[in-house]
Amino acid sequence: MTLEAVTTSGDLMRLSMGPQHPSTHGVLRLIVDTDGEVVSRVQPDLGFLHRSIEKIGECVDWVQFVPYTDRVDYVCAMNSNHAYCTAVEALFGTDPACAVKVPLRGEYIRVLVAELNRISSHLVAVGAMSMDLGAYTPFLHGIAQRETVNDIFEKTCGARLTYNYVTVGGVTHDLYVGAEDDIARFCTELEREMLRFNRLITTNTIFRDRCAGVGTISAEEAIGWGLVGPSLRGSGVAFDVRKAEPYGVYDRLTFDVPVGDNFAGSRGAKGDSYDRFVVRVLEILESIRILRQCLKDMPKPGPQDKPADPDTGWQAEVKKVILRPPKGEIYHRVENPRGETGYHLVSDGTKIPYRIKIRTGSFTGVGIFEHLMRGIMIADIVTIIGSLDIVVPEIDR
Amino acid sequence: MKDPTQQEQVHFAAVEDFLNWGKENSLFYLLFATACCGIEMMQTGGPRYDVDRLGMIPRATPRQADLMIVAGTITHKMASRVRLLYEQMTEPRWVISMGSCANAGGPFSKYSYSVLNGIDKHVPVDIYVPGCPPRPEALIDGCNELRKKVRKYRTLGIRDRSPVTIETTVAESRCLGGEQTAVAESRSRGVAESTTGQPSTEATS
Amino acid sequence: MSTEEPRAVDPATPRPRDVATAVPVDPATAVLERFASVTAHVTDNRQPYLLVPAALIVDVTRFVRDHVDIRADALMSLSGLDLLKWPGAKKGEFPFSDLVMTYHLFSYRHARRLTLKVQVPRTAASVPTVTAIWPVAGQFEREIFDLYGVDFPGHPDLRRIMMPDDWVGHPLRKDYAYPTGYGGVVLKRDGQHFDDGPYADPALPKPAKPAAGGAA
Repeated sequence: MTLEAVTTSGDLMRLSMGPQHPSTHGVLRLIVDTDGEVVSRVQPDLGFLHRSIEKIGECVDWVQFVPYTDRVDYVCAMNSNHAYCTAVEALFGTDPACAVKVPLRGEYIRVLVAELNRISSHLVAVGAMSMDLGAYTPFLHGIAQRETVNDIFEKTCGARLTYNYVTVGGVTHDLYVGAEDDIARFCTELEREMLRFNRLITTNTIFRDRCAGVGTISAEEAIGWGLVGPSLRGSGVAFDVRKAEPYGVYDRLTFDVPVGDNFAGSRGAKGDSYDRFVVRVLEILESIRILRQCLKDMPKPGPQDKPADPDTGWQAEVKKVILRPPKGEIYHRVENPRGETGYHLVSDGTKIPYRIKIRTGSFTGVGIFEHLMRGIMIADIVTIIGSLDIVVPEIDR
Repeated sequence: MKDPTQQEQVHFAAVEDFLNWGKENSLFYLLFATACCGIEMMQTGGPRYDVDRLGMIPRATPRQADLMIVAGTITHKMASRVRLLYEQMTEPRWVISMGSCANAGGPFSKYSYSVLNGIDKHVPVDIYVPGCPPRPEALIDGCNELRKKVRKYRTLGIRDRSPVTIETTVAESRCLGGEQTAVAESRSRGVAESTTGQPSTEATS
Repeated sequence: MSTEEPRAVDPATPRPRDVATAVPVDPATAVLERFASVTAHVTDNRQPYLLVPAALIVDVTRFVRDHVDIRADALMSLSGLDLLKWPGAKKGEFPFSDLVMTYHLFSYRHARRLTLKVQVPRTAASVPTVTAIWPVAGQFEREIFDLYGVDFPGHPDLRRIMMPDDWVGHPLRKDYAYPTGYGGVVLKRDGQHFDDGPYADPALPKPAKPAAGGAA
């Protein structure tokens, strides 16, 4: 059925999909014009989770804002913390007199927790996409693996979801005794689990045919519409902020960047939903590789890392400088699981930020909906939302 | 002489208790996850914490749900929809307010212009579960407190609408290394009867 | 979008950064040579940007997108800024009460960034839309319209995106007054007051200690 058939024949209904809907990944409302089977227009209605985090950024201290970055994208809270903290450190770095020096072990720990959280975020993403298409079991497998990651995080920083762990100048606590063994064991278990997962859903013919050719986005469209991260790489653009503008210790690590290449075969196209799905699954495997390298290369805690004492240790050093960053602004981005997260920070030289603007991958992902979802089936809406990995707190902030 | 192998085969109880026993063991909750607490609610339904063993299954539509767990921050734009969902639920219905944001606005209560400071101004809340986000054990504790409330439900008669706040003391919190007690202690408090100021839609006859 | 037609393979897939991307022309120089009223500036912490008059933004952005050595094919971010409370603004280049749009551009082909700024007065804030250059600008401009009140003539669908349609005011402005109620709900609940912080209401009496009571 083509788009023309929808608009001339039959009545068009205007349905409201959301804000409470099992498949919209949160409080996203879509106003769908359809004749019951084929969609003629989809308009997103956003703002149901607009918590004015950017306004709060103008009211609290630079360091007090870190817990709010957890809430910007809670599925990958460590990455969100990391994004903000590296941006603040980059702002400090523009004035060599007050640059913040993060200990090397702190950088490795940041990468460890960032990649662990990338794994758990991608598990939620691919699991939720399968669940929306009707396959409930892969989601539960993903949630079970996520529990192991949550345990590791809980023993490290005390929280299961919103961590407030990565801070300006490093991390708040060192890893607990036995953390490296736990992470190594998790990597081995996850590799076995991903084999089962792939047998269950990734290579499943029904799932593949359901996603093949749906929501195809070409590379120019993806760049023009501001897609980032796995959604962009699924369309064939080999761009990863960790490689292009390395931060932390990513320039010392070896990993590949999976790119979409019509994995669905004859029924698919490069840049369809199946490509984006497979890119996320492959990124989980790359993250395992990064974790293993970090565990091997990470320096032991030694005399170079002063104790994390708020009065005399490295935390005290950081406190002396972090109160007032240099006046000016910066735009810094990192690779979050949902794509690049950019922080445009404006400082007026005081201890309260002047402006914090958060540019997230899901915000621009929603922007492409109206352009992309025309002449498709209602069931394909769900496939496309899942493949673009939209989480609403990132959109609305 | 009484044969010790013969157990009592006959129970005497009120029909109400029997019905309430059925209700409390099959509370279907509405899949209504707004923000971070929604992820913890999903983890509670996951393999480790598994509320399915309490009989709680997520339903996508409020018309098939007994329980609405408001998990996450509620903004002004969303508030009228929460009320609409509550009104679409059929009686008997209960509301658990999960997390600091749904209780009182959470970390956004002070400086945010768009966050509602608690949904108890729009829907009558039965159980408040504090936390940011609350652990799955805390949510299950809240569900257990709700089951105690359901046991007291009267089809005809005055219903107890006083909300209950779950408290988990620091000593029992596993993640902070406190004493490992099996069940977090909870105290019910007679908080103000109805904080909404809106007419209750249930007939308290 | 029909799913039956196969898509042509894109021959211009950008290469990663380790391949040499030296270009002979500096993007800022090219823009300054072409447009006389664009000026180059540096922020207090030495971040370069080009200040573009609002009327010229469409031409400048089309130029940087299509120029073979610049190829700014992605709008990374478009953010708004309110200079009302900027310290020492009288000494700086911006008038005291302007709004500033910052366009962060990126070229996937050449792996380099470019920053443009547009300043507009807050009472008649209007910047031509760049949606024709980068479609993603539609989302960013809607957000700035909603939260700062900047008008974008030519935008295909300019309406509020985050706040409800009947919201009054533009919240991210520095002189925004928090509303006292919405939808029948008073926004200061149960006697609590925001008695410190930048948005305190001086008319309300300050309580002796934080108001207790209410739910958790």
